[in-house]
Amino acid sequence: MKHPVFPETGQLRDVMLRSLLLLAVAGLAYRAFYLQVLQTPFLQDKAANRHVRVVDEHAHRGMIRDRNGEPLAISTAVNSVWADPTQFVAVRHRWSELADLLEMPAGKLEQLIGQRLERRFVYVKRRLTPQLADQVKGLGLPGIYLQREYRRYYPTGEVSGHLLGFTNIDDLGQEGIELQFDQLLSGQPGRTRVVQDLYRRWVQPVESLEPALSGSDMTLTLDKRLQYLAYRELKAAVHRHRAASGSVVLLDIPSGDILAMVNQPSFNPNETSGRTPAKVRNRAVTDVFEPGSTIKPFIIAAALQAGIYRSDSLIDTRPGVLEVGGHKIRDHRSFGRITPKQILQKSSNVGAARVALGMDAAQIEEALRSLGIGRSTASQLPGESDGILAPAHSWRKLDQATMAFGYGLSVTPLQLAKAYAILGNQGRDVSPRIVSQPAAARPAQVITPEVADSVVRMLEAVVTPEGTAMQADVEGYRIAGKTGTAHLFRKGGYDKERYVATFAGLAPASAPRLAMVITIQDPKGEAYYAGDVAAPVFARVMSRALQLLHIPADGDSLPTRLVQPKGIPA
Amino acid sequence: MKSLRVDGLLLVILLALMVVGLAVSYSASGGNVAVVKGQLVRIGIGLLLMVMVAQLPPHFFYRLAPLLFLFGLLLLVAVELAGDVGKGAQRWLDLGIMRFQPSELSKLIVPLMIARYLSERPQPLPWIYLAGALLLIALPVVLILRQPDLGTALLVMASGLAVIFFAGISWRLMATGTGLALAMIPVVWHFMHDYQRRRVLTLMDPSSDPLGAGYHIIQSTIAIGSGGVYGKGWMNGTQAHLDFLPESSTDFIFAVFAEEFGLVGCVALLILYLLLLLRGLQISVTAGDGFGRLMAGAIVAIFFFYVVVNIGMVAGVLPVVGVPLPLISYGGSSLVTLLLGFGVLMAIRNDQKMWTK
Repeated sequence: MKHPVFPETGQLRDVMLRSLLLLAVAGLAYRAFYLQVLQTPFLQDKAANRHVRVVDEHAHRGMIRDRNGEPLAISTAVNSVWADPTQFVAVRHRWSELADLLEMPAGKLEQLIGQRLERRFVYVKRRLTPQLADQVKGLGLPGIYLQREYRRYYPTGEVSGHLLGFTNIDDLGQEGIELQFDQLLSGQPGRTRVVQDLYRRWVQPVESLEPALSGSDMTLTLDKRLQYLAYRELKAAVHRHRAASGSVVLLDIPSGDILAMVNQPSFNPNETSGRTPAKVRNRAVTDVFEPGSTIKPFIIAAALQAGIYRSDSLIDTRPGVLEVGGHKIRDHRSFGRITPKQILQKSSNVGAARVALGMDAAQIEEALRSLGIGRSTASQLPGESDGILAPAHSWRKLDQATMAFGYGLSVTPLQLAKAYAILGNQGRDVSPRIVSQPAAARPAQVITPEVADSVVRMLEAVVTPEGTAMQADVEGYRIAGKTGTAHLFRKGGYDKERYVATFAGLAPASAPRLAMVITIQDPKGEAYYAGDVAAPVFARVMSRALQLLHIPADGDSLPTRLVQPKGIPA
Repeated sequence: MKSLRVDGLLLVILLALMVVGLAVSYSASGGNVAVVKGQLVRIGIGLLLMVMVAQLPPHFFYRLAPLLFLFGLLLLVAVELAGDVGKGAQRWLDLGIMRFQPSELSKLIVPLMIARYLSERPQPLPWIYLAGALLLIALPVVLILRQPDLGTALLVMASGLAVIFFAGISWRLMATGTGLALAMIPVVWHFMHDYQRRRVLTLMDPSSDPLGAGYHIIQSTIAIGSGGVYGKGWMNGTQAHLDFLPESSTDFIFAVFAEEFGLVGCVALLILYLLLLLRGLQISVTAGDGFGRLMAGAIVAIFFFYVVVNIGMVAGVLPVVGVPLPLISYGGSSLVTLLLGFGVLMAIRNDQKMWTK
C-alpha cells in the first residue's frame, strides 16, 4: 500500500521532491566533473605549484692547479642565509636574534627584508662559516633558509691574481683564467625537485632533475715556485726603483709553456676590495710598450737571413751620429766599424739603423710579423693585446731606421718573450700557452737554425763586462740576452726623463730552455738603464729557475762577475 | 530473543559510507591509527543507539517529542551559560566523559517537535499553526545563532521548515515565504559577523583573498581538481598530506576523498548518498501515519542538506559554513545524531511493515 505524502497535491510534491533530490546530486556530480575533468590540468598545475619546487644546486667549481698539481684556486663549501620575507615577517619580534647572531647592525635586517616584504627570496648574508650556519639553523626561524654555495680561495694570493682572475659572489669568473675558462670550471648547476609543505620546510627531494655536475679541474702551465720567485723579485725591483709598474714573463722553450707571469702593481684575488683596473690588469698581455733595443737582435737576424750581412760583416757607425730624414740618430760614442755582434753588445743605434736601412721595409715587417710582433700570441689569456706594428708601406725612412732600435712599434711582454723563445728554439716557432696542450705537430721554421744560433751567440756577448747587461749573468750558466731602455712615449712625444727598462734573455745559452722578459716602467731612481734595473731581476729569477728545473750548468763561473761596469749605454 | 528489526538496505549503505569515512580519515590524518580507533568507537556507539531506537514504535517519539524539545532547549541554554569555547564559539557541553554539541541534537529534536505539532492539523495548514510552528523553530535557532554557529542554525531551521513543507502548506504561502526570505537577506546580512560576510563574498571570487577567507576554497578546489578522473590513489593526496588543506579530516574531508579517488570515487559516493536519500524518501512516502511521514521526510531533508551544503561548500559553490560531510567526516556529535535519525527512520519503516502485514 502506498500513500502519497501529501493528500491533496501529493503526487506533484512527490515528483518535485525526488526531482529536487536528483537535481541537487546531479549538480554536485557536475561540479566534481567540472573540477576534475574540465579544470584538471589547470588545477593539477596549481597543486604542483604549491608544493613542488625546483631548487638549484650549486655545482662545485673546478680546481685550478699549477703544472706540479699545486692548488692555485680551490672552492670550499659555505652556506648562505636567505629569507622568505612573506614568512619571516611573521616573527618580526625575533629578527633581532638573527641580526645579533650575524653581527648585523640594528637597521640592516629591516632595510634588507622589511622593505621587500612581497619578495620570496632575499639573501641575508652570504658565505657563512659552518659553525655560524649551524647556529642560524638552530634558531629555527620560519622563513630563514640556508643555501649551499662555494667560495673560491686562491692560495697564492696576489702572486697569481692577474693570471687567475677571480669569481664574483655567484661563482662566475670575472677575470683571467676564471673568466676565460668559466664554462669548463663552473660545471652544471643541478636542479632537484622537492616536495614541500605549506611552511616550506623541505619535506623530501622527489627527483633529481639534473644532478649538479662539478666543474672540471684544470692544470695550468705555471710553476707556482717560479711564480713566487718572479713575483718577489719584480716587486722588490719595482719598489727599489720606485717604478710605476712592471711585468715578468718566463717561458719554457720549446713547449711555449708559461712558467711564470707576474705584474706590479698587483691585487689579492681573495679580497674584493682594491680591485682597481690598474691593479687587476694582467699587464704582461694587455699592456704594450716600445721594446727599445731589445728588438735589435731580430733586425740583425732578418739581415743575416736575407743575406744582406754576414756575422762577420762590418758596419760603419762613424761618427756615432746618423742623419735620417732630418733627424739625428745617436750612439753614446762612436763605435767605429763594428760587427753585428758588437752592434748588439754595445747596443749601437746607428749600427742597427744602418742595418735596417740596408733592407727593404717589407723584409723587416715580414721578419717581425713572422716572430709574432703585431699579433696576439693566442695564449688564451683574456684581454691579450695585438701590439702595434704598422704596415711597411706606411713607413718613412726615419720609421724604418728607428724601428731597428725599438721605436715606432709596440709589443706586450709576452710577445717579446715569444720572439726570444723562437731565437732560443733554433728559429722554430713557439706558441705561448697557459694550459697544457699537445704541442703542435711541427712548429714552423721562422728563422733558419744557423741564423738563430748565431744571433744567440752574439747575445751572449751582451752579458759580459763589455756588454750592457753584466748584471744579468748567472753563475755557472751561459746567458744570452739584450737590454732595452726606451723613452716613455707620452702625449705629443717622447719624455726625455722617463723610461721603460726591459731585459729579454735566454738560458742556458748553449741550448736555451728558458726565455724571460722583464720590463719595468718609469723607474724614478738614479738608475734607469735596463742593465741596472731589469737585468738583475733576470739574474735572480733565472738562477733559481735553472736550479729548480734541474737544468744542467753549461758555463764556467765567470770571474768577470766581480766587475760592476757603470754607465754602459743600453 | 526476537530478531532485531533493522532496515537491511539502509544499514548496508550506512556501513559502506562509514567504511569510506574511516579510510579517508586514516589518510587525511596522515595514517593515524588513533584517529581511526576513536572514530570506530563513535560509530559503535552510534550504531548501538540506532538499533535501539529502531526497535521503538514511532508513537513513542510522538509522545516524547515535547519533552525532548524542552530538554533540547535546556541544553542549549546550558551551553549559553556554561559551555566550553572551541574555535571562537561556545558550542560544547562537557559531560565529563565526552564533550558534546547540544545543537547537533536540535537537528533531530526540532523536526520531531514540528512533526508532532503539525501531524494532526487540517489541510491545508491554517496560518495560525504555521506561525506556531515557526515560533517553535525560532527558539532553538536563535539560541544556536548566539553561540555562534550559523551552519547548524541554518540546518536546524531548514529541517523544521522541511517539515512544514511536507505538512502541506499552500503554494501561495510557500511563494510568500520564499519572497519574505529573499527580502530578509539584507537584514540577515546586517546581522552577520564579518567573517561570515567574507565567506559569502569570497565565494564570488576566491582569489580576491587567497591567503585569508578564500584560502579554504582555493585549496579545496585545487585538491578536488588535482584528483582528476581516477584520483591519485588512497594515501597519495598531496594537498591534504602536506598541510595545505585545512580541516582536512573534518569539514573538508570531501576534498581529500576527491583528490585521492577522483571523479569515479565522487560519483560513486554521490550515488551512495542518493540511494540513501531515495530509500529514506520511500520510507517517508509509505509511512503508516502522518507523523511518521513528516518525521521520515524531515530526516531525509536534514541528511540531504548535510550532503549538499558540505559538498557544495568544499567544491566552492556554497559559502563556507561549518557542516560536516555526513557519516564520513571525523567527529562524534553529528555522526551519533545522524545514526539516531536513521534509527527513527527504521522505526518508522518497521511500523509501516507491521501496518501492511
